[in-house]
Amino acid sequence: MAKTVTARAVLDRGGLTDEQLVAMLWNMLLQRQLDNRGFQLNRQGKIPFALGSEGHEALQAGAALAFNRGSDVLVPYYRDLGLVLGVGVTPLDLLNNMFAREADLSGGRQFPNHYTARAYGVLSISSIIAAHCTHAAGVAYALTYDGKPGRAVLCSTGEGATSQGEWHESLNFAAIHKLPIVFLVQNNGWAISTPQSQQMAIVDVADKAAGYGMPGMICDGTDPVATYRTMKIAMDRARAGGGPTLVEAKCYRFLSHSTDDDDRTYRDREELAAQRADDPLPKYERVLLEAGIIDDVGLAAIKAEVLNLTNEATDQAEVLPYPSVDDMGTHVYAGPYEPWLE
Amino acid sequence: MAAERAQQNRGPHEVGGTEPGAECLTNLEAVRLALHEAMVADDKTVILGEDVGVRGNVFLITTGFLQEFGARRVIDMPLAEASIVGIAVGMAMQGLRPIAEIQFADFIYPAFSQIVGEAAKIRYRSNGEYGCPLVIRTPYGGGVHGALSHSVSIEALFYHVPGLKIVAPTTPYDIKGLLTAAIEDPDPVLFLEHKKTYRSVKGEVPEGHFTIPIGKADVKKPGTQLTVVSYGYNLHQALDAARELETEGVSIEVIDLRSIRPMDKTTILTSVRKTRKLLIVHEDNKFGGIGAEISAMVSEEAFFELDAPIRRLCGPDVPAMGYAKPLEEAFMISTERMRIAMRDLARF
Repeated sequence: MAKTVTARAVLDRGGLTDEQLVAMLWNMLLQRQLDNRGFQLNRQGKIPFALGSEGHEALQAGAALAFNRGSDVLVPYYRDLGLVLGVGVTPLDLLNNMFAREADLSGGRQFPNHYTARAYGVLSISSIIAAHCTHAAGVAYALTYDGKPGRAVLCSTGEGATSQGEWHESLNFAAIHKLPIVFLVQNNGWAISTPQSQQMAIVDVADKAAGYGMPGMICDGTDPVATYRTMKIAMDRARAGGGPTLVEAKCYRFLSHSTDDDDRTYRDREELAAQRADDPLPKYERVLLEAGIIDDVGLAAIKAEVLNLTNEATDQAEVLPYPSVDDMGTHVYAGPYEPWLE
Repeated sequence: MAAERAQQNRGPHEVGGTEPGAECLTNLEAVRLALHEAMVADDKTVILGEDVGVRGNVFLITTGFLQEFGARRVIDMPLAEASIVGIAVGMAMQGLRPIAEIQFADFIYPAFSQIVGEAAKIRYRSNGEYGCPLVIRTPYGGGVHGALSHSVSIEALFYHVPGLKIVAPTTPYDIKGLLTAAIEDPDPVLFLEHKKTYRSVKGEVPEGHFTIPIGKADVKKPGTQLTVVSYGYNLHQALDAARELETEGVSIEVIDLRSIRPMDKTTILTSVRKTRKLLIVHEDNKFGGIGAEISAMVSEEAFFELDAPIRRLCGPDVPAMGYAKPLEEAFMISTERMRIAMRDLARF
């Protein structure tokens, strides 16, 4: 017990309560469970495709906690399972998306992990890398159009996206107009098979911020508290009218890019094994256990709960219907779809 | 000449004389008037593009807008077309009513992904949760010594895309009504302005708010022996040619397409069923152009009512019009070539 007290004394909690610290763990465990479920369902032949976020859990749990539900806007990319869970999207929403059900928020139209969830403040995204960053800048412009601060945009990408012209254009515009936006770059070192060294000649993406005239911050993306603390500073600055920030969260991608990829063709197994040894999930479990914020019984209960939630959502979504083909032509336009007007 | 042009280009409702309160404007002034009224009517309307503020647009369309509406609503954008459209898309998704300008249609290529992959698909991919009420205005077309990168027609590159609307009106009345309709439309509209008509075409525009439905063509000149479908600068030439042929006793109906997507099937078919012959004229390249779709539609719907093969008079299949005067002239369709083609087909 004495050891626990000591550990509790040194825990850097970033101003978070016990409940918030445990909520982040809960989010991380749910992410991994849902991630695994996507890959399992794919291997079972039940869904054609899945995308994993394994290795990104900590930073996404932390970043989501810096997001103000009901007022901020999230413009995610496709590897943002934990962020969308963290702002309120449910496991059933995500399973409906994986199974391409009628009840899916995109009506079964979008790829897995291509989010749209207006009720939770999540914009609609495509697969085109960094195209959404320009939308995020436009949303940020609109948020302060009436001159009132207080709302911010969280725009998320991987490090590969920073090569795109539209990423550059978005940061440039955001800086010119001091927009309330945080560009979160989840640097996992890999863009499918392309390592960071082939993507840019610099080590830290955050260095790019100087070229736009905005602050650049780096955080340990394997540490949810560190990421939260960094994102909180950046989001608070944005909400207060202090302008945009580029935040780089360093992490690692444990899985192949998707179920259609095989990272054994390009990634060294030893590198992966070394990174696995530093897996943010068991690491954060240990932090909370050693700090006495959670005990083994509590941890087991959370694991059982997220498995149960995932199983329930899977069972529910699996039996739901596909979208009706009759609805294929809806929502092309606000009115009827008619290339030829009669 | 100006008065004659004004006479030629009046909207259909104006036939019979000048309406009280109608003003004679150039096409450029009609664009300005529609933009100005939209800015006054809704303070969520913003204009963004290169040099639209201090300079008042390179053709001086938005002169004075910055002073009147402020820098928050009239935004001089960084020189980057993809984000001019992309940022406008984000604004539209968050409740503003952006009118984005691409300075010349030739510069729209960097924004292709945003227009085709994003704006056109947002309503569809979000299952109706999000819309994208966005207007993208751009001057297009040749005949102004614009060479390879200030002369192109772009409509065929975009009209293949469900989710987009495309309009290309070419009289002040139509421009005012259709630009207002585009701005009020809940979906993304590509609004094409033929730059050779900016100051050369004048016509009356009634005072106050009015719209013309997107997707409705207009019979600009009735006739019985041949249907000509055109739009843009060519439309005015086709009208001139048709009027000259009228003196030879050849009666030609000229349809101004006005909208390219959606396109007006009823007006085209009604006319073709009457005249039994169809000539399509457009400045854009022939191969895969708008005329191909019109031709296919008429073949499918009215093949047995035709008395002659459908013909197309279009720009040549070279990448663009050259800067040298003879190269540009050879690319542009002359009124004389139109007259010959019309006469030939009418006599078929």
